[in-house]
Amino acid sequence: MRELLYRHAIREALDEELARDDKVVVMGEEVAQYNGAYKVTEGLWDKWGSKRIVDTPISEAGFIGMGIGASMLGVRPVMELMFWSFHSVAFDQLVNNAACVRYMSGGLCNVPIVMRGPANGGTAVGATHSHCPEGLFAAFPGLKVCAPATPADAKGLMKTAIRDNDPVYIMENTLLYGTKGPVPDPADGDHLVPLGKADIKREGTDVSLIAHGRSVIRSLEAAETLQAEHGINCEVLDLRSIRPLDQQAILDTVMKTNRVVLVDESKPFSGVSATIATLIQEHAFDYLDAPVKRVCALDAPAIYSPYVEDEQLPNPRRIIEQVLTLA
Amino acid sequence: MPTNIEMPKLSDTMTEGTLVKWNKQVGDTIEIGDVIAEVETDKATMEMEAFDEGTLSDILVQAGEKAAVGATLGVLLEDGEEAPAPGSAPAAISAPESQPFAEGAEGAEGTEAPEVSQPAAELVAPTSTPALHQAGPGERIKASPLARKIADSKGVDIAAIQGSGPGGRIVKADVEAAAEGGSAPSRLASAATALAASAKAQVVQSTPAPVAAAAINPVVAAGDQTIELSSMRRIIADRLLTSKTTIPHFYLHVECDTAPLMTLRKQINAQAEQTHGNKYSINDFVLKSVINAAQAVPEINASFNGDSVVQFAKVGVSIAVAVDDGLVTPVIKDAASKSMLQISQEVKDLAVRARDKKLMPNEFDGGTVTVSNLGAWGIESFDAIINPPQAAILSVGAIIEKPVVKDGQIVAGMRMNIGLSCDHRVVDGAVGARFLNEVKKLIENPALMLV
Repeated sequence: MRELLYRHAIREALDEELARDDKVVVMGEEVAQYNGAYKVTEGLWDKWGSKRIVDTPISEAGFIGMGIGASMLGVRPVMELMFWSFHSVAFDQLVNNAACVRYMSGGLCNVPIVMRGPANGGTAVGATHSHCPEGLFAAFPGLKVCAPATPADAKGLMKTAIRDNDPVYIMENTLLYGTKGPVPDPADGDHLVPLGKADIKREGTDVSLIAHGRSVIRSLEAAETLQAEHGINCEVLDLRSIRPLDQQAILDTVMKTNRVVLVDESKPFSGVSATIATLIQEHAFDYLDAPVKRVCALDAPAIYSPYVEDEQLPNPRRIIEQVLTLA
Repeated sequence: MPTNIEMPKLSDTMTEGTLVKWNKQVGDTIEIGDVIAEVETDKATMEMEAFDEGTLSDILVQAGEKAAVGATLGVLLEDGEEAPAPGSAPAAISAPESQPFAEGAEGAEGTEAPEVSQPAAELVAPTSTPALHQAGPGERIKASPLARKIADSKGVDIAAIQGSGPGGRIVKADVEAAAEGGSAPSRLASAATALAASAKAQVVQSTPAPVAAAAINPVVAAGDQTIELSSMRRIIADRLLTSKTTIPHFYLHVECDTAPLMTLRKQINAQAEQTHGNKYSINDFVLKSVINAAQAVPEINASFNGDSVVQFAKVGVSIAVAVDDGLVTPVIKDAASKSMLQISQEVKDLAVRARDKKLMPNEFDGGTVTVSNLGAWGIESFDAIINPPQAAILSVGAIIEKPVVKDGQIVAGMRMNIGLSCDHRVVDGAVGARFLNEVKKLIENPALMLV
């Protein structure tokens, strides 16, 4: 299969959906003439022009509010946040408006909008630029949230999100933009990844590592070391979407291996992994042969120093350490 | 508050120990660090130091008696503290480990609280089987939810199982082993400590403890002597039964011309007396050749690990040393980094201390291949049983003067038979042969060992 960079897989998804549906527009800071802060939208303005690819002022509350209003009237905006960390200046729009309009209007209006951008630590950009709010937004009914780990999933989820009639928030990762992976050729048909469907990235028998986003990649690295050095065969389950959540896939892998380590770059308190741990003990208690363990970001604002920050985030060393406590 | 003196766990394989001797008597004052008793484990006799201070108020296990790890051996009182009324239970007799919360009637179900009249020593009395750490009265049994569910469905009594998980937790593998009629799987004493922590689950699953040989016991007649098993003999019995019944052994033999080696040894020893004063034995050269051969053929320096094979970075040579009542296998660790002189001196030191039972438990760790030499007893050749979890053991026979054919003529030769027993799960015939030929090549061309 041909290989694409993660950023180019997203661009291809946007390009295909722009061609498929003339109601799709891309908006955000520097997405058009500058080709995107991370070059995800490179070339789209040249190809589709200022009506479809729209530069906005540096005013998240303003342009996200505008996008939500436009979506209520039938436009399908894809909004780029330069960092998901800037969500807080548009919190009323993102939560009170986007999540609640369909319910509050009794189903008269819906909000078919996609919010996308990087949400990750690990790049030494400091605490105010390193938030991972996937668990936060997943906590509001009415919002859908996903965090793709591979180029193929990034493309497939983006296309599905654009076609979805509810707000979908896609958490990308600046450290993944430059990673390469196989992506199905458009000539072989539309590549769509459904929301709410997890994916086993590595089959295993001894311990399940459940992760999303870049933590999937780190879990795969840890799994190889555990296999080679300790003879422990880990299964790696990539959640792909946080909400809707593929509960069955989580329970299936727990029932298969009986041991779980949750790997989650967001913070441990009320994070995604906290919810999954609850789910497992509610529905698979009798299948646990060991306590559910977690490897999350250490519970502190993101550390600036790159050397210390790598230890703050889930890395193979920390994952292996937790897995070995179960053996 | 009275403090219990407990039987310490002095080695990986230790489940019980024999209290050889008390160095203190009831009424003696004890300081932290005092040597209060000597304890014999399966491997050595060790001094037991006090971790607390006070006055020894009670001795519950007498010299010569056995006790399980964690069992109370005696009781210490703080200064000025009154001894409890005679016959009452010593401190925390209910559980070897402290208990986070008292359990009421539920916890006591099916067991009786120790009665006042029950002498404490009974609770730690030696039993005929190796002692398991089983939950005492009222103690919470640590078992995973899955283990409890399987135990329920299979009708296995979870209280009778020894847990192999972290902190002694009973896990799925333990219940399944118990349901199959085996004893709870015990961790193989490991020459390969590196493996132990991570690979335990695999070891447990892949090599369930053998069903205790359905006793075909001898008829004991009047005048026959029944000798109770020492802890060493029990360990030998357990481990070698496991080895012979779970490891698919195969055996290779080859004869070596030792004339060049004997000449070289003579030269070196004549020289060495003028320099280091160390005399080299034939076995020192055999060990060196095994170390070099294990580096040349690393496939045998390995262990079977459930669903993988672990090839060790370092060579650790376990040497079988006969001692009174059995044998032990101390290890020359990281042997590839050591000179002939270091190896020779270390073997002498290990052998002397092995016979005096003065080896420390960690001196048995790190072995990856074993050498057993019965040459001194005139044995021509033999097949040794693999020392688990290793994959190979070299059996060394005596050097014998015998007729050999050389250039079509029958001449007198000095020959030594060496054998290799291999774990076929790890080593195939051709690999074993390559290793054995490498050893033979070095023995027959001993100068190669020295470069």
